Amino acid sequence: MSKPLSPMSWRKGTGIAGRPWKGQVREYDLFKELTIGVIVVTVLVVGVSLILSSPDDPSITLKTWANAKPADFVATATAELGGTSETAGYGPPYNSTPDATQTLGPIDLQSFSGVRIPIDTAKDLVIHPLSTLPNPPKEIATWTTASDKQRTDWTAAYSKALDKAPDNDPAKVADGSYGPVPALTGSLLAMAQEGSLDGVLQSRGSFYNTDYTPTILFLGDGTYFPDLATSQHLTGDQWGMMNETGNYPGQSWLWLFSFFYQIEPVKSAANADILVVVIMGVLTLLLAIVPFIPGLRTIPRWIPLHRLVWKDYYKKR
Amino acid sequence: MSAPTGSTGQHAEPEEEFYTWTGKTRRWVLKKLPPDKLLPQDQPSYVASWIYVFGMGAIASLVIIIVSGLILSLNGPLWWHVSGFGHFINSTHLWSVEFFFLFMVVHLWGKYWMAAWRGGRVLTWITGVVSFAVSIVAAFTGYLLQTNFDSQWIAFEGKDALNAVGIGAWFNVANLGQIFMWHIVLLPLAVAAIVAFHVILVRVHGVVPPLDAADTDAQLQPAPQPVPQAQTLQQPTEEPTEVAR
Repeated sequence: MSKPLSPMSWRKGTGIAGRPWKGQVREYDLFKELTIGVIVVTVLVVGVSLILSSPDDPSITLKTWANAKPADFVATATAELGGTSETAGYGPPYNSTPDATQTLGPIDLQSFSGVRIPIDTAKDLVIHPLSTLPNPPKEIATWTTASDKQRTDWTAAYSKALDKAPDNDPAKVADGSYGPVPALTGSLLAMAQEGSLDGVLQSRGSFYNTDYTPTILFLGDGTYFPDLATSQHLTGDQWGMMNETGNYPGQSWLWLFSFFYQIEPVKSAANADILVVVIMGVLTLLLAIVPFIPGLRTIPRWIPLHRLVWKDYYKKR
Repeated sequence: MSAPTGSTGQHAEPEEEFYTWTGKTRRWVLKKLPPDKLLPQDQPSYVASWIYVFGMGAIASLVIIIVSGLILSLNGPLWWHVSGFGHFINSTHLWSVEFFFLFMVVHLWGKYWMAAWRGGRVLTWITGVVSFAVSIVAAFTGYLLQTNFDSQWIAFEGKDALNAVGIGAWFNVANLGQIFMWHIVLLPLAVAAIVAFHVILVRVHGVVPPLDAADTDAQLQPAPQPVPQAQTLQQPTEEPTEVAR
């Protein structure tokens, strides 16, 4: 003899929930309800749109950055040249920097795609744009013919000198062995300040281009762009995943996703991103399979909010 | 395979035989979802609570999302920065999405407390959760398409989670062209298809009865037959037609 089904079971069974309803009915017009729903929600949406509008803080450009924070721009360009920027050490899909990926134990999903969006920060973000100038700086040749060690020494020394200079101002850097680095980063700054770097970096020699990856990564390697985001409460440690500029609700449905970035051990974990994605993936799966999980599926019986939903039915039993 | 031939020669309509894939599909569809189940004029007496409004509210919001999104897409992703009307349409797109999620979350919680997966309705629950998850991805791509400071920052910040799980190369948040296609073609189609499937499942299985419903309940007893009225032309139906209000 088969065991009777739990009243909370997802199985069809032979109970009332699994049979077509043969009891009393009430008139119910689905299309009328939808029509009224569309009208009511339209009124709500139009009303809120007229009153609250929507945020639209203008995008920033490399030109904005170079003019607002030239010292930050030069320091970032130096890091791109020396391969010490965040992008240069990111790993797949931008480059193959060893041990850069976020892993979960032995699982390394980040390496799965390989380098599909290759970005050589020195070449793509500094040297190539400079080479498109009508009169490219002659220091490009010095850079390209130098050894890797020489390049690293130049950029490391210049980075350190920029750090120590008053206001990190490139014009106030102490004398040192920086090779072509000051000239290259200075030329790139001038190019950015007059606005031509935005176009060159974006087009990459092509008329059409809708891929903003290099520009976004370059902006993110500096401090100007992240500082602006911080001032708008948009960074990860400020629940930034779910925020948007201004006083708008943003993606409030990402609250749980953002929440895990605020708590330990995730908060300070080097692999925080993969941890949060995996946790959210598991929780989403659990939500989808709640009907199969004893205990979780029984909570609605233990906390009988259903009595509120069906109070008329229960009253007339 | 041969088609049946000949006629029964009787006056009564012969029962149609289904001998093709198409015909068998029709038979299966009509059995699972006959027209009166797909487009009913009544619902069980227990379908009488404000909580039932939120599912329809989410669908109504989706209609407005699609209409406002169509207007935005016909004008291109930059239009709303330079047009007052465009900005207004963008606002309606944003707020209809906010309402969509609000209604969907209330609907989901309502269905949880009603344990609405009971009686063979588990796929209805799962498609609801999947539509919620896919809608989150669709909304995320919308935030990336704003072509303003928000979208720049969300692209920079959002890339890490996607790259960490190895999908950033194909779902590149900084590639506007790629995200444009995801947002205006692939994800809306996915959301619409899953929501449509979800609604069809609700119609196939009907609305879940109360948790404590028992065969002895007054509302499950055969309703008294309505007094026939000469002037009405209503055909009798299998189910009781009394309207319980």
